[in-house]
Amino acid sequence: MTAQIAIATADNDLRALDPVALHHNVAQFLFHEARLADSHDYDGWDALWEEDGIYWVPANGMDTDPETQMSVLYDNRSRIHVRIEQLKTGRRHTQTPRSELARLISNIEIGEVAAAEVTVFANSMIYEDNLRGETVWAARNEYRLRLVNGNFRLVRKKIALVNNGKPMFTLSFLV
Amino acid sequence: MLNTETRPAGKVDYSALIEPTRINSRLYTDPDIFQEEMEKIWYRSWVYVGHVSEVPNRNDYVTKSIGPTPVLLVRDRNDEIRLLLNKCPHRGNQLCAYRQGNRATFTCPYHSWTFSNTGDLMGYALADGYEGASKTGVGLGKVPRIAIYRGFVFGSFAETGPTLEEHLGGAKAALDQLCDNAPTGELDLRAGFLQHRTKANWKFMVENETDGYHPGFVHGSIFQVTKSGIANLYGKDSIALTRDYGNGHTEFDLRPEWRRIDKPLNWFGTTADRLPDYVAAMNAAYGPDRARQIMIDGSPHTMIFPNLFIAEIQMFVIQPISVDESIQHVTAVQFKDAPDINRRLRQQTMGSVGPAGFLLADDTEMYERNHRGARIRDPEWLVLTRGLHRERKDENGYTIAHSTDEVPQRGIWRHYLSLMQEQPA
Repeated sequence: MTAQIAIATADNDLRALDPVALHHNVAQFLFHEARLADSHDYDGWDALWEEDGIYWVPANGMDTDPETQMSVLYDNRSRIHVRIEQLKTGRRHTQTPRSELARLISNIEIGEVAAAEVTVFANSMIYEDNLRGETVWAARNEYRLRLVNGNFRLVRKKIALVNNGKPMFTLSFLV
Repeated sequence: MLNTETRPAGKVDYSALIEPTRINSRLYTDPDIFQEEMEKIWYRSWVYVGHVSEVPNRNDYVTKSIGPTPVLLVRDRNDEIRLLLNKCPHRGNQLCAYRQGNRATFTCPYHSWTFSNTGDLMGYALADGYEGASKTGVGLGKVPRIAIYRGFVFGSFAETGPTLEEHLGGAKAALDQLCDNAPTGELDLRAGFLQHRTKANWKFMVENETDGYHPGFVHGSIFQVTKSGIANLYGKDSIALTRDYGNGHTEFDLRPEWRRIDKPLNWFGTTADRLPDYVAAMNAAYGPDRARQIMIDGSPHTMIFPNLFIAEIQMFVIQPISVDESIQHVTAVQFKDAPDINRRLRQQTMGSVGPAGFLLADDTEMYERNHRGARIRDPEWLVLTRGLHRERKDENGYTIAHSTDEVPQRGIWRHYLSLMQEQPA
């Protein structure tokens, strides 16, 4: 279950893939990523990212410009890695003990398809339990996945929490 | 609440809960004390509301707060800054449902009464039913006193009392120091706020903002990962200072360390060659010598009681919601017309603070554990003795001590006691 299944395409072109197969492969990748996050498999999750990766949780709207406005989280690849390394110290107090997590990924739609990249839309609902209590998070997600050596990798993950204009509790797990 | 007891309202003897070097846990957990704080602190003294740059144009408004109460910060049709209450005087309906916008009038959706953004009632709907009735005296509620210092808008629900400048006292210098870091001398706070909710009493936040004892422990994880030298500022050999300005205002003064290192922009973890436009603008504005000194001293780390925290590159506004719930509103410090440093200020702020911040997520975890701990019966008293033996006065007569000492916390509680013991006028 841990390894991704290699995606067989003609000439490494996602556009040549049957739409049902593309959707299936995308869904399997999203479920894989969700399981790594839910289980705090920090190294496994970190390894999904491409060098030009952007991990983004906007604030105060679904599409607020992260280059001029505050976001909850707007990490480039090096900051993603810092985030992971902080979690791995064992002294990231807000994740010591770790949140108990289970998330559902649903409503998966395929957006733009290029030869080696695909844009994906999905909804997520995450149940979190920690020392404070239970919190439910709901988001409309947007991913950009890149096909590299027959596997998808993360180029961009945007998590637009539906209530991101309101006060929110600490969000310290991998969302 | 575990330690709530039945007693007549207003009969808490605060001198029995606050001693010079220890405080009773009940101060954080008793809902009656929270209610009394609303009347004696939040709805009486000066409270920071917002900044004039958040409403740059006529008819701009933005929803802010004083304590749990929402307040509309408005630049009205006459270009005057006002603090209006978001309540229709007819049936009490919430008037404006949006966080911000631009409008000269507010119309209540319930019975369509329309108000100017000066707060005055402009007209009744179906006016024949109000024949002979005056429109004066039925306007929107207002925060009675408003005062602005260098663009920082404060409000007070008390009709009379100390002026804002009297309230700020020595802490006014921190606002000056902050603005001096802008080439234009002005801030431009339009990057939006993150709102970080926490199940903890507001005073844990106020006290922690100038607690120099915790960073090495609470933030050790990020200091380790980023190989940051910041931990040294909070170490045994630091020459940084804690300071009690009086009136509840406290500071963590890093300037002694920055002056020892003597490198412009070291306070911001960067160098002059990486922000050439900013440095050129600073030199042009202040002359090279003064600009160099400002860029060495950097931005302040000052908690202005009860709710404005300048954290060098960020600005926090602390909002109490209930005895066990608070919101930290935070945005990046942004200087007018300084895009290169502003970008870095935003990037660093987004990494550090807010619900996912490398720093504040852990501080906020501590607030919630503080609060849960405070509800436990024994020991009732919490200890604030750190650094008593090395307190001294600075050249202005303010109490200072080592960067990890509890001078700020003792000062906050001394001021709190004086406010809570005041009798209503």
